[in-house]
Amino acid sequence: MPVISKGELKVWQRRDRAKQLKIWAMWFVGVAIFMFCWKIISDATTWFFVFDAPRIAADIGGRAWPPRWEYLSELWKPMWDTINIATLGTLLAIIMGVPVAFLAANNTTPSRKFLRPFALLIIVSTRSINSLVWALLLVSIIGPGIFAGTLAIAIRSIGFVAKLLYEAIEEIDTTQVEAIQATGASKLQVIAYGIVPQIMPAFAGLSVFRWDINIRESTILGLVGAGGIGLYLQSSLNILAWPQVTVILIMILIAVLISEWVSSKVRLAII
Amino acid sequence: MLQLQNLGKSYKTGDDALKGVNLEIPDGQIVGLIGPSGAGKSTLIRCVNRLVEPTTGKVILNDVDVTTLSAGGLRKERRKMGMIFQEYALVDRLTIMENVLSGRLGYVGFWKSFLRKYPQSDVDEAFRLLERVGLDHMVDKRADELSGGQKQRVGIARALIQDPEVLLIDEPTASLDPKTSRQIMRLIAELCKERNLSTIVNIHDVALAQMYVERIVGLQLGEIVFDGPPEGLTPDVLTQIYGEEDWEATIDEVSDDIDDDINEDGIDSAKNTDKVAKDITEAVSAP
Repeated sequence: MPVISKGELKVWQRRDRAKQLKIWAMWFVGVAIFMFCWKIISDATTWFFVFDAPRIAADIGGRAWPPRWEYLSELWKPMWDTINIATLGTLLAIIMGVPVAFLAANNTTPSRKFLRPFALLIIVSTRSINSLVWALLLVSIIGPGIFAGTLAIAIRSIGFVAKLLYEAIEEIDTTQVEAIQATGASKLQVIAYGIVPQIMPAFAGLSVFRWDINIRESTILGLVGAGGIGLYLQSSLNILAWPQVTVILIMILIAVLISEWVSSKVRLAII
Repeated sequence: MLQLQNLGKSYKTGDDALKGVNLEIPDGQIVGLIGPSGAGKSTLIRCVNRLVEPTTGKVILNDVDVTTLSAGGLRKERRKMGMIFQEYALVDRLTIMENVLSGRLGYVGFWKSFLRKYPQSDVDEAFRLLERVGLDHMVDKRADELSGGQKQRVGIARALIQDPEVLLIDEPTASLDPKTSRQIMRLIAELCKERNLSTIVNIHDVALAQMYVERIVGLQLGEIVFDGPPEGLTPDVLTQIYGEEDWEATIDEVSDDIDDDINEDGIDSAKNTDKVAKDITEAVSAP
């Protein structure tokens, strides 16, 4: 107990001495491990290259400027593709993710023994693999192009959509559900009246949030051949056309800014 | 007529919330269920429509044993049992109209209800009920924009549009100010009389219960320890139900005409309350 009696006086401290020492020792060990790792990394680093880095960066920067604006005319189409990959991928993810969410939520799943673990497995497995890896796999399965990219985005997003939605379903106010049940409503009606209105804000918020993330992710899918603006980024990098790379990066930056603006507007409008 | 025969409920934790309750409520009778927190009042009410599954005993509503019904049969029987909740339990993000019409869900198919294509007769009835509870001017408001008293009126309309034979009411006034509490209790009592509904009201406020109900049932630790008229609630009886305390102040005669003295600006906006109170009295006396 952190309360020590000194005669009449009761002294209160946040922690007693043993606990305080223990915490101090843990900090000591943590810092020691950090220093040790730092040493290993430092030994394995060729410091010459690191010290050289500012010069190289300045060199590339110098070559990348001014941007080659004429290149812009070739970029509109792949940029449009990229936005489509993100949007269609998000829509597909929602269509597949919503049923998974209802199967995974403790209070709506039809079977806690079989379907729920299955739904959780879908969520974990789709979430744990990066969309770039999904794209790599899908490009080799169904060939390069926009379709592979869209599927990669969709699959990666299922877990995200389903996980956030099932958490929202589990946090609903149960008395509203009870009230609908008490009217003699069927199970589907209870979902439509008692649950869906309650999760609508969460659903809309996470959908636009995921779309926003997907715009960013789909810009690089082209690196592995899955269509979109990343394809042009890669080919420009390959031929060391730095002014073109600058144009592409500026374009991606603007697209991301716009998507972020749109999603924040949508989220504000819904709540 | 609602009959509870030897109704019992044990929770998985091993708590016996109800221990063989026997109760018979004739049509048109309003019963106030009182008792300390944890006495099993909510459990009892929820066992009647099986929101909580009773472990023993029977619930018989006009010769139908509710406890043995299949899921489909239970849904049909639940349509005859209107329920009103302490925290109103309206669906916050739906409009008043949708909330009232949700009382008809047991009668309407899924797609019709999903697309909000309710039969005109249901919509007519909803308008009529909203007028009666004094909310016909806010049909399109969302439920979370209302005050507590207004929400509870919507809750009452939702229960009544089921055209129930029984009303189950769980602490209807626990979240309301004193004036609104009286208005709501008076509305409930009058509607029950007029529609000849057997009604169970869980209520903490003993004085309020005495004012509006005709029979009091005292529950303690899952057992009925008192069953009689409101006048029968003596300090001794209250001690038996709740435990030792000075009860004289609680059961002092309370008159029903102090509405205008207290709480001029209660939860309802002051402008509305008088009109609403008037509306209710008029509406209830209408056929």
